[in-house]
Amino acid sequence: MAEEFLRIEKLVKTFGGNAVVKGVDLGFDKGEFVTLLGPSGCGKTTILRMIAGFERPDSGRIVVEGKDISGLNPNQRKIGMVFQAYALFPNMNVADNIGFGLKIAGMARDQREARVEEMLKLIGLAGYGKRYPFELSGGQQQRVALARALAPSPRMLLLDEPLSALDAKIRVSLREQIREIQRELGITTVFVTHDQEEALSISDRIVVLNAGNVEQFGKPFDIYNRPQTRFVATFVGTLNTLNGTVADAGAKTVTLGGSTVTIPALPATARNGEAVALTMRPEAVSLANGAARDIVLDGRVAEVSFLGSVIRLKVDLGGNAISLDTFNDQRTPPPAHGSQVRVGIASSDVLVLGN
Amino acid sequence: MRRGQAWAWVVFGLGALYFLLPLIATFIFSLSIRKSGYTFDAYANVLADPRFQSTLGYSLFIGLCTIVVGILIVVPAAYYVRLRAPKLRPIIEFITLLPLIIPAIVLVFGYIRLYNSSSLLPLTSSFVGTGILLTFAYVALGLPYMYRAVDTGLRTIDVQTLTEAANILGANQMTILARVIFPNIIVAVLSGAFLTLAIVIGEFTIASLLNQPAFGVYMQNVGANRAFEPAALAVISFIITWGAMGMIQLLSRFAPKTARKD
Ligand SMILES: Nc1ncnc2c1ncn2[C@@H]1O[C@H](COP(=O)(O)OP(=O)(O)OP(=O)(O)O)[C@@H](O)[C@H]1O
Ligand SMILES: [Mg+2]
Repeated sequence: MAEEFLRIEKLVKTFGGNAVVKGVDLGFDKGEFVTLLGPSGCGKTTILRMIAGFERPDSGRIVVEGKDISGLNPNQRKIGMVFQAYALFPNMNVADNIGFGLKIAGMARDQREARVEEMLKLIGLAGYGKRYPFELSGGQQQRVALARALAPSPRMLLLDEPLSALDAKIRVSLREQIREIQRELGITTVFVTHDQEEALSISDRIVVLNAGNVEQFGKPFDIYNRPQTRFVATFVGTLNTLNGTVADAGAKTVTLGGSTVTIPALPATARNGEAVALTMRPEAVSLANGAARDIVLDGRVAEVSFLGSVIRLKVDLGGNAISLDTFNDQRTPPPAHGSQVRVGIASSDVLVLGN
Repeated sequence: MRRGQAWAWVVFGLGALYFLLPLIATFIFSLSIRKSGYTFDAYANVLADPRFQSTLGYSLFIGLCTIVVGILIVVPAAYYVRLRAPKLRPIIEFITLLPLIIPAIVLVFGYIRLYNSSSLLPLTSSFVGTGILLTFAYVALGLPYMYRAVDTGLRTIDVQTLTEAANILGANQMTILARVIFPNIIVAVLSGAFLTLAIVIGEFTIASLLNQPAFGVYMQNVGANRAFEPAALAVISFIITWGAMGMIQLLSRFAPKTARKD
């Protein structure tokens, strides 16, 4: 069995009687980009700070390459970290900021200068070495912070919401740049965010956290398409919920707005006459009713949001409301507000989530 | 609005007069050593006095020692309190205010009792020992100003994040304090230092009771024995003090390098 690069075992952290991290077990592979995703206050930062060594766990272990590092101080862990607040040293110019870790490590001056140049090129800021942090934009400051963290060649990189203080446009371009650099260096990275789109777009794997517990750990594709809990399904992406009644549990049929449909995902534990919540992503619902879309429902368009390449419609199904996405078509305008439409859903796309 | 502003100016004018009149009077008096017109002779007399030079030199030296010791004590303490024990801040702040509440004479009698020639640590029995005692007394006197200045400086930077950023890059506490924290609060530290210097230069009570050749003691001596020279001396010491204050203003001009202004 391949040894995991970073292993977190039964990690527990309490602040003044308030359990913040409640027994987290995780294993990350070498070179992997993992994102800790969850709502505010779920313990993402606390976990990251325990990996860095700024917080001591109440119990549990943090193991890197087979060695328990729980007892080490942050300056002994050989970990790079980028903070949410621009944490550049205001008294040093960009080159000195990037070279700080190298200087501490006792690297000779000419070697250090070469390494700083290399890092400046890596982040696309060659020639900015003599500038001071206050002369840089937020995005540039975070790139310098990244270079400073990477310069001493740490064995792991931690990023705590490094993009949250930036404009939307820069946020997207910078996250792509971070991912590109991470791939190039092959450095194991733990990234923290509460933005699900950010998490889905850059991660190899995502840890979805809720109130100090791991809800699900998996690839973005699986997190989105096969959420294991209702929390994951609703926190990551938009989810439609249709309320129906189990018609025949054995045959896996459900009564939905007068018609009876077959739902393959209906769990064996369902009982006849029981209420059941059927959930599906907006993109699983369509205005076309081809052969694959065996559930057909009639409704009225309640809302039309034109998002560019995608148009999101909200359709009132009489008791249930459903959101659906259709691609923009230059030749056909979307249905008007209030018009009658027929929506089709493939029963195989329907999820039945417990609580 | 108009009325309010006019009143503000009147109050300001009265305040300025209150401060400036005695100064101007002293200055004019210091020029009047001869019956015929104004001269700077009194200043020449003062500056030529070897005791003026030696006492001023001594006080400047003690002032410098006070600043160094003060910085070494106050900067790490204020930093530690902000970083690790923010709950202790009100208590520490109160302690640093004590020198303003306890009269200097109480402090110096306490020192003499504790460190006299028949005590375990007989500091007062030698010149160097007494100088050390004087320095520590002045560190205590300067504490309220030094602590406040340093604490204000620390407030302008994100102490915790900067500390953690340096720490994860491999730096230990000493290195962080010396290379990251201190350079970023240097302007605040220096303003505390010049305030301390201004206090030390004019201090009389402690220096006199410890029998040290300090500038304050010399000023008092001259004042008791001469007429015009004390006025000149007062003006000179005033210029030195205000020079120190002016340095604080000047230094704050160099501050923008340390922080983004937005
Ligand atoms: N040093 C501390 N002392 C007391 N409570 C703390 C401390 N640090 C964190 N907490 C509490 O622990 C909980 C989790 O905090 P944490 O910072 O890990 O959340 P987070 O998931 O990073 O949230 P956010 O997205 O808002 O950054 C919060 O309720 C917070 O108030
Ligand atoms: Mg956080």
